Amino acid sequence: MDYEKLGFRAGLEIHQQLETHKLFCFCPSELTERFTSKFYRTLRPTQSEMGEIDEAALEESRRRKKFFYLVSASSCLVEADEEPPHSANEEAIRIALGIALLLKADIVDEIHFMRKIVVDGSNTTGFQRTALIALNGNLDGVGIDTICIEEDASRKIKEEGNKVFYSIDRLGIPLIEIATSPDIKSPSHAREIAEKIGFILRATKKVKRGIGTIRQDLNVSIKGGARVEIKGVQELNDIPKILKNEVKRQIEMIEVSKKLRKRIRTEDLKNLNIFDVSKIFERTESKFIKEGMKKGVILAVKLPGFAGIIGGIRYKEHRLGKEFSVMAKMEGGGIIHSDELPNYGISIKEIKKLKELLSCKEEDAFVISAGKRKIAMKCLKAVIKRGMQALKGVPEEVRKVVQDSFTEYMRPMPGKARMYPETDVPPIKIDKKMIEEIEKNLPELPDKKILRMCREYKISREEATQLVYTGKDEHFESLAVNYKGFEKVIARILLNIIPEIEKEGYEISFLYKKIDIIIDGLRKNLFAKEAIEKLLRYFAVNPDANLKKAIKECKLEILNEKDLRDIIKKIVSEKRELIKEKKKRALAPLMGLVMKELRGKADGFLISKILEEEIERMIK
Amino acid sequence: MVEVGDKVEIRKNGKVYTGIVMPHHAFSDKNVVVIKLENGYNIGIDLRGCELKVIEKRTGRVKRKFGKIPSNKKKPYIALLGTGGTIASYVDYETGAVYPASTPEELAFAVPEIFELCNVETKILFQKLSEDIIPKDWQRMARETAKYLNSGKPVIIAHGTDTMSYSATALAFMLKNLNFPVVFVGSQRSSDRPSSDAFINLISAVRVALTDIGEVVVTMHSNISSDGCFIHRATKVRKMHSSRRDAFISINAKPIGKVENGTLEFYTEYKKVSGEKVKVMSKLDENVALIYYYPGFKKEDFEKITEDKNGIVIAGTGLGHIKANFIKIIKKLVKDGIPVVMTTQCIEGRVNMNVYSNGRKLLKAGVISGEDMLPETALIKLMWVLANEENVEEAMKKNIAGEISERREIGAKNLYEM
Repeated sequence: MDYEKLGFRAGLEIHQQLETHKLFCFCPSELTERFTSKFYRTLRPTQSEMGEIDEAALEESRRRKKFFYLVSASSCLVEADEEPPHSANEEAIRIALGIALLLKADIVDEIHFMRKIVVDGSNTTGFQRTALIALNGNLDGVGIDTICIEEDASRKIKEEGNKVFYSIDRLGIPLIEIATSPDIKSPSHAREIAEKIGFILRATKKVKRGIGTIRQDLNVSIKGGARVEIKGVQELNDIPKILKNEVKRQIEMIEVSKKLRKRIRTEDLKNLNIFDVSKIFERTESKFIKEGMKKGVILAVKLPGFAGIIGGIRYKEHRLGKEFSVMAKMEGGGIIHSDELPNYGISIKEIKKLKELLSCKEEDAFVISAGKRKIAMKCLKAVIKRGMQALKGVPEEVRKVVQDSFTEYMRPMPGKARMYPETDVPPIKIDKKMIEEIEKNLPELPDKKILRMCREYKISREEATQLVYTGKDEHFESLAVNYKGFEKVIARILLNIIPEIEKEGYEISFLYKKIDIIIDGLRKNLFAKEAIEKLLRYFAVNPDANLKKAIKECKLEILNEKDLRDIIKKIVSEKRELIKEKKKRALAPLMGLVMKELRGKADGFLISKILEEEIERMIK
Repeated sequence: MVEVGDKVEIRKNGKVYTGIVMPHHAFSDKNVVVIKLENGYNIGIDLRGCELKVIEKRTGRVKRKFGKIPSNKKKPYIALLGTGGTIASYVDYETGAVYPASTPEELAFAVPEIFELCNVETKILFQKLSEDIIPKDWQRMARETAKYLNSGKPVIIAHGTDTMSYSATALAFMLKNLNFPVVFVGSQRSSDRPSSDAFINLISAVRVALTDIGEVVVTMHSNISSDGCFIHRATKVRKMHSSRRDAFISINAKPIGKVENGTLEFYTEYKKVSGEKVKVMSKLDENVALIYYYPGFKKEDFEKITEDKNGIVIAGTGLGHIKANFIKIIKKLVKDGIPVVMTTQCIEGRVNMNVYSNGRKLLKAGVISGEDMLPETALIKLMWVLANEENVEEAMKKNIAGEISERREIGAKNLYEM
């Protein structure tokens, strides 16, 4: 796809947890499954908000949910909204300001926390505390619009009917939110920028690592489409595919709108009658319909002009029918539309009767919903509403990532008026001295660090890159400083040997502590460097053993040159025939045999040298 | 002149910031101006070395519009009196300032759900923070409340929580023959927040106002969930936590009952409403002191504080004690006709001065036992008794408004666990 021609615009919003205690209390920023008690709340959008008519807030409250909050050692009265927030965690502010400096952003003179209304229950207060700390940064030509520090929301555990269960252990963990301008030019470019930002964050060594500690949201639109926010992107590698899919979906929705405009106008979708069509299905064979009938009724509505459009035009996998289904699902029911019929055991005769009853012409589609009358009614109304949006084009909305990098409608785009000052938290004046101090302690940026490491330790660029990007750079440097001349070996242990042992399923955390003694042994010539892997494997199984024992058990005692020569001589004389036949070319196969015997007991170079000498002697 | 609400453009170090000027935060640096950016965030900019230009003057405040307060003759009537506090507060989204309801409509529409239950007549008596309320305000509350009661309406008083139990206790002594319930209610989270406890508290208060309880009560959250509210007797309730929504706890007594999901459950007996007119006895002798004893309290300080008082309440240690060398001063006070009432700073439990020698000496000196009265309740009672009763000692020992309980049941000491 030609993304430039499509008018592709995308921005990233990256949320990263910081490695410090919570933002507004002294609770540890740790997740746990050890719950000690729970309480529940209902949230109610306030009068003042309803005056503002915020669609997202209204929609949530309409669903009348009961929120249960699970309590653990990682939360106190502050998270329960039973105690006012303390002053903001200064360490968190410093970390965030450091990141802002690395992203070349302008830091504000005074930080003011805001309350951003969120009534999905994920915040016990009904709002998220957030503050803008810097603006107008830049990363490789992509603008960084805003950098905020905010509190993480509660962790959703499960949902049962109108009950939602949250753990408040995650609530209040400091997050930095980095929002780029919509300067991103393609799906792969988005991935590249997200990765870069991730590297910078980790370079500070003051951000949390692991699943769920970094989350990416994507903002994307194409020409003729609309801005859509995609939430819940966990894997960097998924970003291009998710964006490609969204582009296709917007193209499909644009096509839908174009086609509909030729057939109908908005007025045609107003005052559509919803009919009870249960009678038609009295003797139906359809399981879906029968199940629905048991619970209530079958309702149907005509969608004028929609025939052949709901089932998909250009990208069937992004068909309008899917959007309809999600809308119905959110109301607690399901639908079937005429573009997917005959199917589900619904007979041609029944379809014909339905069309008659609804007076459907050739271009008209219909949608049916079966179940409790109230729910079926809501489902069809939601479908009509979505149908109206389809006529207009691509609706602005928030979507979430579902399986296979597809997305699904989640909620309307939140309005702007959902923020007001958090008066319980005093503002923070940022003075020059504070910035200078932070500047002094800024980490080396990844690109610079890689170059320096190549130069200083004579390792390859690839090795340096891998060390930095896997976060092993610090460990490497602490060893490399002490063991000059062994840098390559250290890099190989960190990047290849230990990860390989880990892949085989061994617990490897304590192996890192053994690197020191192994390199030390190597320097003292206690064994050859070929023995390192064997030793580490031995330690993986016997973590309590010391080096001496490990060398003995692995039979790695280094041989002196005389013993070495004796063994090689023996092998060479055994293979006399081979040498006579192949002459000098016998070196390679013999080397294999010799190494099998001697690996780790002597330096490879030395073995090869002796072997060569012995072969020559034999030839003579 | 730049004013709050103006749209401005600030140029600083070659950067341009555009936004609306916000009110200055009390803790904001004096050189900083706070602006709300287009994206909704507020930031502070140090104006030194800046160029500030007004692009657009504020176009006038958007006044919140309320409909008429609905009325339905079939529904009962209640009076809702505002005194300040956070139970009815609004956010000015433009500036972020939170302000309390200042008109009857704002008060009524703070929780429009109550219109489903009753007709509401609202009146703002005054707008005071809890800590600014003085005994004169209690007297005004009592007189206004009686007016509504005698016109056939139960009364709900929206009040700041800090001193709510003081006001409620005062009214419990001042209002005689209650013909309808008088319900105090407040909120620990202001009603401008989605998580506010105001809605459940106020709805519960309405339920209580429509019962036959002939007492002054406080209706507040029963626990930290959105379950419902306890109905506390005014003279027995105390704010026991600075921030929890279930801060109000009945001390040395069970709550009268509970309101949950619109249904009432009673735990104890209560005085039923009378068929008579309410009588107001709002006179008070404010010249009373409440003294909290502590190790190291100076005798001279005690003398100074008590010098010109007409009555003294002491929050003593344990069963009702105070240092031995104070007893002489107390003896003199009592001899001069100044009543001295002993309560306990343990808050929970009854005073008993028979157990230890200092206690016995205090009794002998003429100290009146405050029984299991809260120190604050004893204070207000003494103010009222001094102004309304002939025999002070007798009146202090008599149970007038449910302030003294004879029995304290085992268990349920900590009502958080109830």
